[in-house]
Amino acid sequence: MMKSKADEEDYWNSSKFKAFTFDDEDDEFSRLKESKQAVNSIRQLVDDDDDEDDVEKVSWSGEPVGSISWSVKETAASNQRTDREPAFPKITTERPPLNKSQSGLSLSSLFKGGNLTARSLGDTSVRLFAPELRKPKSEYKDFVSDWTPVETVQRLQQGKAVSLEKFRSLQDKLLLLDFAVAAHDGNVITAVTLFTLFTLYGLEVLFRELESRQTALRHFIHYMTETRDQRLLLELLRSGLTWTFNSSSYENKRRDFVKSCLSLPFSPEDSAHVQDHYTLLERQIIIEAADQRAERDGKMEIFQRFPRKAPILNMPLITTLYYCCLYHYNESEGTYSSPLNIRQTFKISEKQYFATVLAARAKLKAWADVDALFTSRNWLGMMKKRSPLSFQRVVDILQKNSAPTQVLQEYVGLVDDAELRISLAQKHKCHDIVINTFRDMKDRQLLMEYRKKVERGSAEEKKIDQLLNNVQIRWKN
Amino acid sequence: MAAHLSYGRVNLNILREAARKELREFLDKCAGSKAIVWDEYLTGPFGLIAQYSLLKEHEVEKMFTLKSGRLPSADVKNIIFFVRPRLELMDIIADNIISEGKAHSSRDYHILFVPRRSMLCERWLKEQGVLASFTNIDEYILDLIPYDGDLLSMEYESAFRECYLENDQTSLYHTAKGLMTLQALYGTIPQIFGKGDCARHVANMMLRMKREFAGTQNQILPVFDTLLLLDRNVDLLTPLATQLTYEGLIDEIYGITNGYVKLPPEKFAQKKQGEASKDLPTEPKKLQLNSAEELYAEIRDKNFNAVGAALSKKAKIISAAFEERHNAKTVGEIKQFVSQLPHMQAARSSLANHTSIAELIKDITTSEAFFDNLTVEQEFMTGVDTDKVNTYIEDCIAQKDPLIKILRLVCMQSVCNNGFKQKVLDFYKREILQTYGYEHMLTLNNLEKAGFLKTQTGSRNNYPTIRKTLKLWMEDANEQNPNDISYVYSGYAPLSIRLTQVLARPGWRSIEEVLKMLPGPHFEERQPLPSGLHKKRQQGENRTTLVFFLGGVTYAEIAALRFLSQMEDSGMEYVIATTKLINGTTWIKSLMDRPESQMP
Repeated sequence: MMKSKADEEDYWNSSKFKAFTFDDEDDEFSRLKESKQAVNSIRQLVDDDDDEDDVEKVSWSGEPVGSISWSVKETAASNQRTDREPAFPKITTERPPLNKSQSGLSLSSLFKGGNLTARSLGDTSVRLFAPELRKPKSEYKDFVSDWTPVETVQRLQQGKAVSLEKFRSLQDKLLLLDFAVAAHDGNVITAVTLFTLFTLYGLEVLFRELESRQTALRHFIHYMTETRDQRLLLELLRSGLTWTFNSSSYENKRRDFVKSCLSLPFSPEDSAHVQDHYTLLERQIIIEAADQRAERDGKMEIFQRFPRKAPILNMPLITTLYYCCLYHYNESEGTYSSPLNIRQTFKISEKQYFATVLAARAKLKAWADVDALFTSRNWLGMMKKRSPLSFQRVVDILQKNSAPTQVLQEYVGLVDDAELRISLAQKHKCHDIVINTFRDMKDRQLLMEYRKKVERGSAEEKKIDQLLNNVQIRWKN
Repeated sequence: MAAHLSYGRVNLNILREAARKELREFLDKCAGSKAIVWDEYLTGPFGLIAQYSLLKEHEVEKMFTLKSGRLPSADVKNIIFFVRPRLELMDIIADNIISEGKAHSSRDYHILFVPRRSMLCERWLKEQGVLASFTNIDEYILDLIPYDGDLLSMEYESAFRECYLENDQTSLYHTAKGLMTLQALYGTIPQIFGKGDCARHVANMMLRMKREFAGTQNQILPVFDTLLLLDRNVDLLTPLATQLTYEGLIDEIYGITNGYVKLPPEKFAQKKQGEASKDLPTEPKKLQLNSAEELYAEIRDKNFNAVGAALSKKAKIISAAFEERHNAKTVGEIKQFVSQLPHMQAARSSLANHTSIAELIKDITTSEAFFDNLTVEQEFMTGVDTDKVNTYIEDCIAQKDPLIKILRLVCMQSVCNNGFKQKVLDFYKREILQTYGYEHMLTLNNLEKAGFLKTQTGSRNNYPTIRKTLKLWMEDANEQNPNDISYVYSGYAPLSIRLTQVLARPGWRSIEEVLKMLPGPHFEERQPLPSGLHKKRQQGENRTTLVFFLGGVTYAEIAALRFLSQMEDSGMEYVIATTKLINGTTWIKSLMDRPESQMP
C-alpha cells in the first residue's frame, strides 16, 4: 500500500508530468472544494465521537482502564503466561521488502564520500487534512539535482534525497553550514557539520571555522557528548577555542581526568574550582588508603566505635571535612586529614566550618570539644562563649544530634532574644531557663501558668513555688 | 474522556481528532497483527490522544515497554517501536533486533519516531547493522497536544535547555510547525505579537512557511484573533517562585506529569463496610486532573487559602442533594432522584479525593519550613536585601537542604537583583560546590549561561523599575475573592501575565521603557486574510488570544490567564500553549548536569 502511494507521488512529482499540477493559479475553485472537504471530514470525525471515551473505568492506581500505560502493563503481564515460542507458519504472502535505501538518510555513507541517496519515503505521510499543509511548490522539482545551498537545506529538512558531495570547496561547505544554522533545525545542522568534519583535511580548519559559528559548534559538541567521543572532545578543547562552554570536559570525575583538565582554558574562577576539585580527590585517595588500613589493623579505636559507613572517595568537600572531624579531629595541622588543614587549604567559610565541626563532635557526644569550640578568652582573661552561628542554630544542630537536655540548656540560655529563648526552651524542655526568664520578666501569671506544665513534685515545681513565695520579687502582675 | 476539550472557547477536539487520524493511518500502513514496543516516556503524551481501544481496533494485540534483551514473545506479524529519536534508545532497539536473530524471519519491524525522525539515530542503527531489518521508518509529528479545554502542550521537556543553553533551536522549528498545523485547522491568525529572541525566530519561521505555501489560501474563518509569543527568559522570575494555587501546589509538591498526579496512598484508603481491608495500599494513588472533573475545574485555580472554604461549600451542597431523597414523595420524584444518583456519587467521590489532597497539602503549607522559604521568596520579590548574602540560604546550605531548593532561591535572588556583586556570587558558588560537590560546577555554569546567575554589570539594578511599572507586587492581594492576578502568588503578579494583560489593554506602547529592559526584541506582525474572512465582530463579543510560552509555563500563570479570561470587562479570552508545563523544580532540574551519567 505504501509503495503504491509512493509510486503515485512519483508520478505526480516527476518532471515528465509537470504540465499538470494542482497549483495552477486559476484553480481557486477546486482548492476551495478541497478545503471544504477536508474541513467536513474533520467535522465528521469530531461528531461521531468514540463511545469508548465517554465511560471510563479506572483501576486502583487511578489510570483509566484502557489507557496506554495501563495496557502496556496488562499485556506485558498476560504475556508472561503465554511465554512460548509461537509456531509461525511460513506464509509467503508478504510484500517484497521495500527498497532499503528509502529507509534512511545514510550519514555514514556520506562520511565515506559515497553517494547520498536519501529518504524519498519521508514525505508519504504528508498531512492531507488541511489545505495549507499541502506540499509547497518548491518540492515538485524533486529530481533536478543541482541544488543551491538554500534548497539543499530545505530538502534535508523535508527528508528528501540530496547530495552534499557537490559542495566541494571550503567556502561552499561553510555557506551550506550557515544556511543550515539559519534553518534552526538541529537535525540538519548536525548532518551538515558532520559532513564538513569528515570531508575536511585536519580538524584545525573545522575548529577554526566553528569558533565563529557557535550554534553549529554547540550541535557538534552535543553530538560528541551523546556519542561519548571524549577523544575528539578533548582535542577540540586543546585547540584552545575561547568559547565560554567549558564543561563537557569535566564529565569524568576521576582524578587523572581532572588533572588533565587543569591545563584547559577555564575562566580564572572556574580554574580555581577545578584545582580544588583535583586537590580534594588527591587527598581523598590518600586518606581512604590510610584509613582502610587503620580500620583493618584495628589500631585506631575510633573505627571500632563508629564503623565507617562508606569510603570517602568522591564525596563533597564538606562531607570530607565532617568525616575528618569524626575520625581525625585532634591531628596536627600538618596532616592531610586534619580538619584545620582542610579548612585552610580550601578556604572554608567560618560558619560552614563551625557548623560541620559542631555536628560531627556532637554526633560523637564529645561535649568537651563542643564546649571548647565556643570558648574564647576576652582581654581580661574571662571565659566567654562566642559563636559565628546564631545560638538558635547551634541548639538546632545539637538537638538534631540528640544532645541531652543539660547540654541544650547551656546553649539555649545564650540566645539573646528573650522570646526566642523561651520558645526554644519550651520546645526542648529546658525548664530552668523558662523559669528564670519569667522571673527576670517579673511575670507571675506566666510562671503560674507554667507550673501546670511541669511534673508534679519535680525539682522544677519546687523552684517555681519558691519563686512565687518569694516576697522580695516585685511582680508586675 | 475528551469531551472536556470541546467545552472551551476553541474546540480543541478538532486537533485531537487530527492527531488520532494520523495515528490510525500509520497503524494501517503496517498490515496484519501488531505489537507496539513503547519508549515509556511517550505513553504519557500518547495517553492524551488515544486510548488502548483505538490501537486495538487497528490490530494492536500486545504492548511492551522498551527494554534491552529479547523482546517478549508475541504471535504477531509486526513489531512497531514507538520511540523518541535518542541514541540510547537506538542501542536498546538494536539489542532487541540482534537478540531476536532469525527466529522470526517473517516478521516486519517498524520504527515510528516521535516527534520526528533523526538522521543521527538512523545512522546509529545502520552502524549497529540493524537498519536493514526495518520495513518502515516513519515519524509521527506530535507537535501540539491538547491538554485541556484551553491548554495545549508540546510536552517537550528539554525545550528551554536546548534553546537557551545549547543554542539548539530545533524545538522552535517544531513550535512553528505546530502553529502552522493549528492555523490549518483554526484559520490564519491575523495578528502576531512577540517578545524575546525565540519568539522572533518562531514568528520568522511561521511567516516563511506561510510564504512557501503561497498560492494556497486558508479558507477557514479565523478562530484566534491574536497570537502572543513569549520567551520564557523574558520572565525568569515567575517559575522560580512557589506557586500558591491549588493546582500549582499539587504540581510543586507531588508533580503532575501528562495530566496525572501520584499521591501517597494513606489518605485514600477505601474503607468499605464489612470488609477486613486492614492492609493499606502501598502503591501510590494515581489521579487524573483536568477540567472534565467539575469540582476540580472549580477549585484548581483558586489560591490554596480559598480552597478549604470552597470544598466545605461543595460538601454542603452535595449532602443537601442527598437529603433530597426524603422529600421525594411521588414515584416521579423518586425516579428523578435516582436518575441523578450517578452524578451525585461521582461528585461525592471527587469531593473525597480533593479533600484528601487538600489535607496533604495543608500539612506542608502550614509547616515552618514552608513558611520560612516563602518569607524569603517574598522578601526577594519585594526587593528586600537582595544585594547581600542571605543568611537563610546560607543556613539551608549548611543543613544540606536539597540542592534544587538552594538553586531556586539563589537564582531568584539573582534575578530580583539583576545579578550579584562578584563577591556575593563567588561566595554562593563556593558554598554550593564545597557542600554539594565540585561536579555541580557544570550546573552553575549552565545557570550562568541561561541568565539566572550573573554578575552585575555597570548598569544599576532595573528590577525595582520593572516591578513598579508593571505592578508586580500588590500589597493587599485578596486570596478569597481576587480582583487581580497577583492572588496566584499571594502578592506577586507574574511578569509574563502582566505583559499579556497590558498588551490587551492599553497596549505595549505604554510600557516601551520596561520592554527595553527585558531581554530580546518585541515586535508585531500581521498576516493578511482573504477579504471574505474578516470577522464581523458583534458588540461585546470577546476576542481570543493564543498565548504561547516558549520554554514552559507554570500552572499558576495559567490560573492567572484564566482569571483574566473570566473578568467581565477584560473583553479577551485566552487559550494557552507551551512547550512544557513546568515548575521551578522541574525547570532547574532540566538545566542540571549529572556528570556521573556521562562517565566514559
